[in-house]
Amino acid sequence: MSNDKPRLLEMKNIQKDFFGNQVLTDINLSVDEGEVVGLVGENGAGKSTLMRILFGADMIRETGGYGGDVVLEGKTVRFSSPFDAIAAGIGMVHQEFSLIPGFTTTENILLNREPTKKSVVHDIFGPRMNTLNRSEMDERAANAIEMMGVSVDRKMYINEMPVGHKQFTEIARELSKDQLKLLILDEPTAVLTEKEAEALLASIRGMSERGIAVIFITHRLQEILSVCDKVVVMRDGRVVSEKAAKDTNVAEITRQMVGRSVETSSAAPHDEEAEKERKTILKVDRLWVDMPGEIVRDVSFEVKEGEILGIGGLAGQGKLGIPNGIMGLYQAGGTVTFEGKQIPLNSPRQCLDSSFAFVSEDRRGVGLLLEESLEWNIAFPAMQIQNRFLRNYLGGLIKWRDEKAIKEITDKYIDELAIKCTSSKQKAKELSGGNQQKVCLAKAFALNPRLLFVSEPTRGIDVGAKALVLEALKKFNRESGVTIVVVSSELEELRQSCDRIAIVSGGRIAGILPASASVEDLGTLMLSQVI
Amino acid sequence: MNKKTNIVGLLQRSSVPIMFVIICALCIPIAGLSPSYLINEIVTRMGRNSFLILSLLVPIMAGMGLNFGMTLGAMAGEIGLILVSDWQIVGIPGMVLAMIISVPNSVLLGFFCGKILNMAKGREMITSYIISYFMNGVYQLVVLYLMGSIIPIAHTSIKLPRGYGIRNTVSLLSMRQKLDNLIPLTIRGVKIPVMTFIIIALLCLVIIWFRRTKLGQDMRAVGQDLEVARDAGINVERTRILSVIISTVLAGIGMVIYLQNMGNIATYSSHSQIGMFCIAALLVGGASVDKASIGNVFLGVVLFHLMFIVAPRAGAYITGDSMIGEYFRVFVSYAVITVALIMYETNKRRAKSLAGAQLAAEQEAQK
Repeated sequence: MSNDKPRLLEMKNIQKDFFGNQVLTDINLSVDEGEVVGLVGENGAGKSTLMRILFGADMIRETGGYGGDVVLEGKTVRFSSPFDAIAAGIGMVHQEFSLIPGFTTTENILLNREPTKKSVVHDIFGPRMNTLNRSEMDERAANAIEMMGVSVDRKMYINEMPVGHKQFTEIARELSKDQLKLLILDEPTAVLTEKEAEALLASIRGMSERGIAVIFITHRLQEILSVCDKVVVMRDGRVVSEKAAKDTNVAEITRQMVGRSVETSSAAPHDEEAEKERKTILKVDRLWVDMPGEIVRDVSFEVKEGEILGIGGLAGQGKLGIPNGIMGLYQAGGTVTFEGKQIPLNSPRQCLDSSFAFVSEDRRGVGLLLEESLEWNIAFPAMQIQNRFLRNYLGGLIKWRDEKAIKEITDKYIDELAIKCTSSKQKAKELSGGNQQKVCLAKAFALNPRLLFVSEPTRGIDVGAKALVLEALKKFNRESGVTIVVVSSELEELRQSCDRIAIVSGGRIAGILPASASVEDLGTLMLSQVI
Repeated sequence: MNKKTNIVGLLQRSSVPIMFVIICALCIPIAGLSPSYLINEIVTRMGRNSFLILSLLVPIMAGMGLNFGMTLGAMAGEIGLILVSDWQIVGIPGMVLAMIISVPNSVLLGFFCGKILNMAKGREMITSYIISYFMNGVYQLVVLYLMGSIIPIAHTSIKLPRGYGIRNTVSLLSMRQKLDNLIPLTIRGVKIPVMTFIIIALLCLVIIWFRRTKLGQDMRAVGQDLEVARDAGINVERTRILSVIISTVLAGIGMVIYLQNMGNIATYSSHSQIGMFCIAALLVGGASVDKASIGNVFLGVVLFHLMFIVAPRAGAYITGDSMIGEYFRVFVSYAVITVALIMYETNKRRAKSLAGAQLAAEQEAQK
C-alpha cells in the first residue's frame, strides 16, 4: 500500500449516544479501496447505528449527531442526508427492500436517475417533461447486472420476482451509480437461497476486483470468512476485534460476539431431578405463524408446569412470532394443546378464556390504553374477560364497575411493582417506558393467568427497571406457580431468569438448553440456521 | 392451475363491467328505444363526458385514488363560461377564452387541494370529497354575492333581479354545440361530434405520452410506494400536487366542453354531481382505486350512460312511475362506488391470507 494515497474511508473515534444512552464508544474503522470488510455483532451491538452515521441517515442528526470524524479519501466529511453520502460515492443496500413493486428490474435500477430524451415542451415545463430514453435505460441496467455476474431478467416486474432477484436488483441499483466507491450491504444474504447467496458472494469478489470496497454485515459467519479480507467484531458499542479473515475462525468470532465473561453471570441453579417430575402444561406442535418479519416455521416444543421457559434468538428469526401466533394476533397454523385440551388458533378470546395472558412487545400499540388511567389499564382485561371488578344489579342485567375494587387492585400492583406515578388515576401515556412495562405486567397479573407469555419485557427500559421487571416475573412465578414463557433478544437476561432456554433460528427451534448452558453453546445455536 | 386462476382473477377484476353489461342487456328490450336513438345518445354523451373522465386518470396514476378534486376544476370552468357569456364573446373564441380563464383558477384550486391531500395521505378520496363541498361554498360566495357587486357583470339576462349574483341558469345558446358541429358529419342519422372526438383523441395521446415522461414515471413510482420513491430522491409532495393540478386543469377544460354540449349552465348544481358521475363511470368501466386505463374510461362512458338512458325508461315502463329512473341513477352511482371500494379492500385482504396459506403448504411439503 502506498503511503501517499489516503485510505478510502477512515472512521475515527466515533461516539454516539441516544439521549445519554451510549451506544457507540470510540469506534475506529478503516477501509481501503477494493477491500471487503465483514462487520459482525449481536443485535444491538451498534452495527446499524455505525452504518447510519456513515450513510448520513436523518435519524442520527435528529438525535443530536455524533462525535468523531468520518474521513473519506483524506477529506473529513459530515453528510447532512443520505443523498450527500450517495453523491460522495457511498451506496447502501438496506435490509428492507426499497423497490417499486409494479416496476420492472430496469425501471427500479434506474429509479429517479432515468436517462431522458429532450422533448418539445422541455423549455416550457422543465426537464421533468422529457420522455424516458428506454433503450439507454436498458443498456445501463444490463451493464449494472453484468457487473454483479448474475442473471436477472431486466423486464420482469418486481412483484413477480423471487426475493433473491429483488436483492440483486437493489445491489444493481447501487452498482449503476458511476461514482460508487464503497458499498454497504446490510445482511444481504438473509433472504437468499444458498445458491443465490453463493452467487452474491462471487459478485462481491468481482466488485472488489473492480476497486469497489464493500462493508458486509451478516450473521452467517462462514460467508464472512469466505469473502472478506478483514473481520470486525462489535459488541456493546465497541469494536472488540479486528483481524484478517485468514487469521480467525467461526468459533473465535462467535466467542467474541457473545463473549461476556462466563463467571459474572448468575445462571439459575438447574435441578435435573425436579425437571423430570414436572408435567407438561403446554404442547405446541408444528406451529407456523405468518408474522411479517418474524415468520415461524414448523415449531414444536413443550412447556412444563411452573417453569420459566426462555425463547431467545436474533431479531427477525421468528422468536416474536411464537407468542403472537399462539395468542392469535397473527395468522397461524398447527396445534396447541394446553392441559390436554386443544386451543383453537387465530382466536385471541379463546386463548384468554383458557387463562393465557400475553404481555406484548408492542407496549404502546397493543399493550396499553394510552389515553386511559392506570386503573382502567390494569383492570380492563379482567373486567372484559372474566367479569371481575363488576357489581351486578337486577340479576346481572345491569353491570356496574366496582370502582373500589379496581382502585384497590391498582394500588396493590403500584406498590408491589414500584410503579412510579402520581396516582392510580394518572394516564398511561404519561409514564416512562419502564413504568409502562410494569403496568403491562400488572395488567397480565390481574388476570390471574395459568400461563403467561411475556415478549421482550426489557426492551427500551433502563437497567434499574430491567432488574425490577425480571424480579417481578420470577416472584410471580414462584409465589403463584404460574408458568411463564419469556421471549427476549437478550441472552444474558434469559440465562438469569429462566429454567430452560429455547433458541430460535431461521424460524425454527434450533435447540433447547438448560439456562446453565454456556454462552458459547447458546450463541452457536443462535447462528446455526440463520436465514 | 395457473391459467384457471388467471381466468377467475380476470372475472373478479371485471365483475363490475360484467354486471353492467347484464343490467343494460336486460333493460334495453324493456325500454323499447330505437337503436338509432340509443346510438345517437351514446355518441353525444361520449363526446360530452369523456374529457372530464380522462382528467381522473392522472391522480390515480400518482396513487391518490379517485379524486373529487376534479370538481374544483369544474367550478373554474363554469366561472370562465359565466364571465365569457357576460362579455358576449360567442362561439369557439368564447369557449377558448373560457378555458384560458379557467386555467389559472384550476391551478390555484388544484394546488390548494393537493396541499391538503398531502396532509391526508391514504385518505385522499374522502378528503377531496369534503374539500369539494367546502369549495362549493366558496364558489357560491363568488357567484351568488361577489359577481355583480365586486366582479362586474353587465348583462341582466344572467344577473339576478336584485342586482348582484348569477341566475340559476345561464344560457349558452351562443356556444351551444359549436364545437361538436364544427366539422359536421352524420352517418345514417347518427350525428358525430367530430371536433370533440378529435380533441378527446388528442388528450388520450397526451396522456399516453405523459406516462412516458420523467414526471409520469415519477408519478407511477410515487403511486406505488411513497417511501421508496422518497428514498430515491423524488420530491413526493410536489409530484402529488402536480398530479392534482393537472387533473383540475383538465377538468376545467372538460367542463367547458361538457357545458357547450348541454347548452346552458345550471349555475349552482352543474359541478356538484359531475365528480360523482365521472368516478362512477370510470369504475363501471372496470377501473379500481389504484388502477385505471384509457380503455376503462370509454367502456365506462358507454356502459354507464347506456344504463342512464335505458334504466329510467325501463323503470317507468315496469312501474308506471317516471321518477323511478332518476332515483335509480343516483342509487346506482353510489352503489357502484361502494362496491368498487369494498372489492378493493377484499382483494387486499385476500392477498394477505394467501401468504399464510403458502407458509402452511411449504411446511407440509417438507414433511
